[in-house]
Amino acid sequence: MPDNLPLLSLIVWLPIIGGLITLAAGDHDSTGARRIAFSFSMANFFLMIPLYVGFDTSTADMQFVERTPWIDAFNIDYYFGVDGISMPLIALTAFISPLVIIAGWKTVQVQASRYMAAFLIMEGLMIGVFAALDSILFYVFWEAMLIPMFLIIGVWGGPNRIYATIKFFLYTFLGSVLMLIALIYMRYQSEAGSFAIPDFHALKLNMTEQILIFFAFLLAFAVKVPMWPVHTWLPDAHVEAPTGGSVILAAIMLKIGGYGFLRFSLPIAPDASMQFDWLIITMSLIAVIYIGLVAIVQEDMKKLIAYSSIAHMGFATLGFFLPFGIHAAAVDDLSGAALAVEGGMIQMISHGFISAALFLCIGVMYDRLHSRQIKDYGGIVVSMPVFAGFMVLFAMANSGLPGTSGFVGEFMVILASMQSDFWIAFLAATTLILGAAYSLWLVKRVIFGEIRNEQVAEMKDLDVHEFVVLGSLGVTVLLFGVWPDPLVEIMHPSVDNLLRHIIVSKL
Amino acid sequence: MEKIYLAIPLLLLFSAVVTGLFGRYIGRVGAHRIAILGVLTSFILSIVVIKHIIFDGAPVYNETVYVWMVSGGVRFEIGFLIDELTALMMGVVTFVSFMVHIYTIGYMNDDPGYQRFFSYIALFTFSMLMLVMSNNFLQLFFGWEAVGLVSYLLIGFWYQRETAILANLKAFLINRVGDFGFLLGIAVVLVYAGSLDYAEVFANSGSMASQTISIFWGAEWDVITVITILLFIGAMGKSAQFPLHVWLPDSMEGPTPISALIHAATMVTAGIFMVARMSPLYELSETTLGFILVIGSITALFMGFLGLIQHDIKRVVAYSTLSQLGYMTVALGASAYGAAIFHLMTHAFFKALLFLAAGSVIIAMHHEQDMRRMGGLKKYMPITHWTSLIGCLALIGFPFFSGFFSKDSIIGAVQYSELGAANIAYVALLAGVFVTALYSFRMYFLVFHAGERMDEHTRSHLRETPWVVTLPLILLAVPSVFSGFVFEPVVFGEFFDRSIYVADSHNVLAGLGSTFEGIGGFVSHALAGPVVYLALAGVVTAYLIYIVKPQFAADMQQQFPFLYKIMDNKYYMDYLYLNVFAGAGRITGRVLWKLGDVIAIDGFVVNGSARVVGWFSAALRRLQTGYLYHYAFAMIAGMMVLVSMFVIKGLL
Repeated sequence: MPDNLPLLSLIVWLPIIGGLITLAAGDHDSTGARRIAFSFSMANFFLMIPLYVGFDTSTADMQFVERTPWIDAFNIDYYFGVDGISMPLIALTAFISPLVIIAGWKTVQVQASRYMAAFLIMEGLMIGVFAALDSILFYVFWEAMLIPMFLIIGVWGGPNRIYATIKFFLYTFLGSVLMLIALIYMRYQSEAGSFAIPDFHALKLNMTEQILIFFAFLLAFAVKVPMWPVHTWLPDAHVEAPTGGSVILAAIMLKIGGYGFLRFSLPIAPDASMQFDWLIITMSLIAVIYIGLVAIVQEDMKKLIAYSSIAHMGFATLGFFLPFGIHAAAVDDLSGAALAVEGGMIQMISHGFISAALFLCIGVMYDRLHSRQIKDYGGIVVSMPVFAGFMVLFAMANSGLPGTSGFVGEFMVILASMQSDFWIAFLAATTLILGAAYSLWLVKRVIFGEIRNEQVAEMKDLDVHEFVVLGSLGVTVLLFGVWPDPLVEIMHPSVDNLLRHIIVSKL
Repeated sequence: MEKIYLAIPLLLLFSAVVTGLFGRYIGRVGAHRIAILGVLTSFILSIVVIKHIIFDGAPVYNETVYVWMVSGGVRFEIGFLIDELTALMMGVVTFVSFMVHIYTIGYMNDDPGYQRFFSYIALFTFSMLMLVMSNNFLQLFFGWEAVGLVSYLLIGFWYQRETAILANLKAFLINRVGDFGFLLGIAVVLVYAGSLDYAEVFANSGSMASQTISIFWGAEWDVITVITILLFIGAMGKSAQFPLHVWLPDSMEGPTPISALIHAATMVTAGIFMVARMSPLYELSETTLGFILVIGSITALFMGFLGLIQHDIKRVVAYSTLSQLGYMTVALGASAYGAAIFHLMTHAFFKALLFLAAGSVIIAMHHEQDMRRMGGLKKYMPITHWTSLIGCLALIGFPFFSGFFSKDSIIGAVQYSELGAANIAYVALLAGVFVTALYSFRMYFLVFHAGERMDEHTRSHLRETPWVVTLPLILLAVPSVFSGFVFEPVVFGEFFDRSIYVADSHNVLAGLGSTFEGIGGFVSHALAGPVVYLALAGVVTAYLIYIVKPQFAADMQQQFPFLYKIMDNKYYMDYLYLNVFAGAGRITGRVLWKLGDVIAIDGFVVNGSARVVGWFSAALRRLQTGYLYHYAFAMIAGMMVLVSMFVIKGLL
């Protein structure tokens, strides 16, 4: 493969082009449209291989950089690049997207080509968010991404989809308005007058500016993650979204909020981040405990997993904002802080696999019984033993069992938080009990027990499509649980670089 | 040797995966052949390891297998530490597991989940081996939670039974409470030792001992005390110590072979093993040792009491296990680690034997577990009867049986302990000896003697169980009798010198050993003390109550209804967990959801701001009526205001 191939552009635009072709193919041959969509998503997945192989894990510099002027009048560039923080997230997106296409193969019969097209376009846009190094380019992808998701919920969603889509759209849209103002403000502060994110990192900002920028970003990213108390759009969106929509929402979209903290908030406003780290830590711990307790009492399976997602993302944000406390406790030793941030990153990736798998599992059940209510199920293990095995595996991963990827991130963040404060670790570790309680109580009521009714008795076990999707997620979850090192290794230089940057005051 | 160490657990992982994933294709016979071949090979290889490490005195093996992850300047590794303690545990685990594998062929004969069962017990044995062979805290926690997972799967093996799936959920959650402490303990270790490797942590224990950690404002705690108590909370969950014991009796919902393997012989002793392994840390905190003594004493005595009133044969043995785990815990608290591990080993043999014998009775009784409907089985089931008797005698510590040596050395060691709590512990253990003998022989008499109380149909089918069931009983009876004779080198000798550290001031076993003059001397010394007589008194009492005057027990029950009610409700601990803790959790969750999410955030803030926008735009809309004269009026009024403003301004 030639060195000068614009890999990042390819991996961003290929699925979008694929989406347009799928759209053009239309529904008179829906199988053909599905095949086109699947081919493009797989092609994108294979494009990850040269990206991964060519990625240099020894440097924190941006790699595969592409930069050409885009809108000269405002100094806006078409500027792509990846480092150890965005690389795993791009890989995650390219991995999950084909699975969503396969999962929707049979179950989506209404306007199938448009459904597939929406997901392909969204894949490209999400990768664009992670790859963009110009903040306006980032913002364009960030907002554009909402449109296909809005349509997916609005067109293929449940009965209450209009309320859910509007809530979803307004929440996330309003959240990001202030971010745009912050971006424009920073452009006028920078000497180069550019919108490039690396230039923003170097920007000298006084405390007031930093605090205002910090909160502008906080609003945008906290809604996206979502963090307590701006989380209430997520359960509604999940409940109304079709399975594929829930998978993309939980597995990838939420990660964009976490990514924003690492790419914008921390390096641009390190002093404000340090001053307000207690706020984020408190919100994260509330997410772990409050949301964990709320998850226990949910009666709708999708809501339960949605709340569980919020609780798990609490670990990511907790990890990202621990470094200041750790650095203060251990003078000039950044190693503990690296454990925290890498732990948060791993938690995001792993949650991508596990939440995707759990939403797919619920989708499998919903396709057969058309109910998401826990009380309508029971004893599925009798009629669907293979499915039950997967469900138990993913529930265990969700409760952080060692040997699954779900353990790794939580373990790292808890170990790191102890270096900051005993009580942070103590409160964070309650997830061991709460996570097991809501995951396994769900399993007990849905999977085990006597067969609840005749419909459950007649449910058919997984077909090939479902088996392939859940199987590949299962293997991944176990693989990274037993050997997370390859994943962590990619992050090292970039995380170290980030930490060295944020502990130096900009004042 | 390196390859052997690796092969021992991996063989089991292999058979777990094959029987689990391909059970349908290899069939029942294929599954048990693969599983048994795997565990047999592991057992033989473990014997090779025992010979290598213990008899040939090979150097301690401590190597990394692979690097799990490097982050935060810490290398998280998977690795093996093979010394006397590990070798002994490997021998016990693979031997009992091998016995249980054979037994399973008979016990699970008709079960549709035959292959699945073999997969689980192989996976369990793999996890347990990884736990005991670990050379670091990470892998310890891996094994720790993995055995918990398999225990969960096996308690709920009959997944359609409501009681079983409630019991396994409970077991997992209670264990998670313990693991919560355990993980925090590991985190504190990492902070102060900078490593999770045993050797490095122990090397740093001296510097850790001089530091304090501020947990509650103002109060400074010794780092070592905090670490050891947190780790011990993990042991309380896994080894079912009061007040985290409540899951173990309910775990009897699982098939009997796993009650023997997991909930008697191996998994529940993981906590005991862990504390012994961490002896270099525990020895530095007398606060923790005192705490352990108290917890162990409470468990040893009060769980024994509950064994007296159970009717389910498996539950009697389960409470007995709780009580015996209490004995081991007391030994740990008294720094008699050698005695604790020795009792762990003898207990693994005779308790596995008792469970499997109970299972044999259950098979013969067509899955009847209530002792009130048994009796007189001696003549129908001679092998089961005699092996049970051996198990009971070993359990109560009858002279020359294995349990006699292990239990007597624990009680003797406690006498030498100088910790304040040792006196309480001594009294509790002595009383426990009587109680143990009473409930053991109550069970023995009710099952094998007294009148035949079963129905005619069951009686007509009563016969000894097949050889796959009785063979493990016989093979376990042998070490139940004889394994005690190795106790001199294990308990008093230098056997554990490379594995276990005991501070000079706590060296109770050396104190006990100084009076030791051979096995004969030990027995005659014991005969001069109260222990053996208390046990005999227990047996005689059981004989009087259940054979001579069967009405007595029911009378007592009516005489003391209050006491009986407390015991029948297991000291209301289940009530506490189910209604108070779990109930409070669910209510809090519901309140937070309805009040926090639905009313405050969504109702007030989100929909509230939408409503404010709505009102505002409604008000604005009212201004735009569309009538020309309204607009004309507004224009004129506006102009008048403006003009008057200019006029007033000019005047001023």
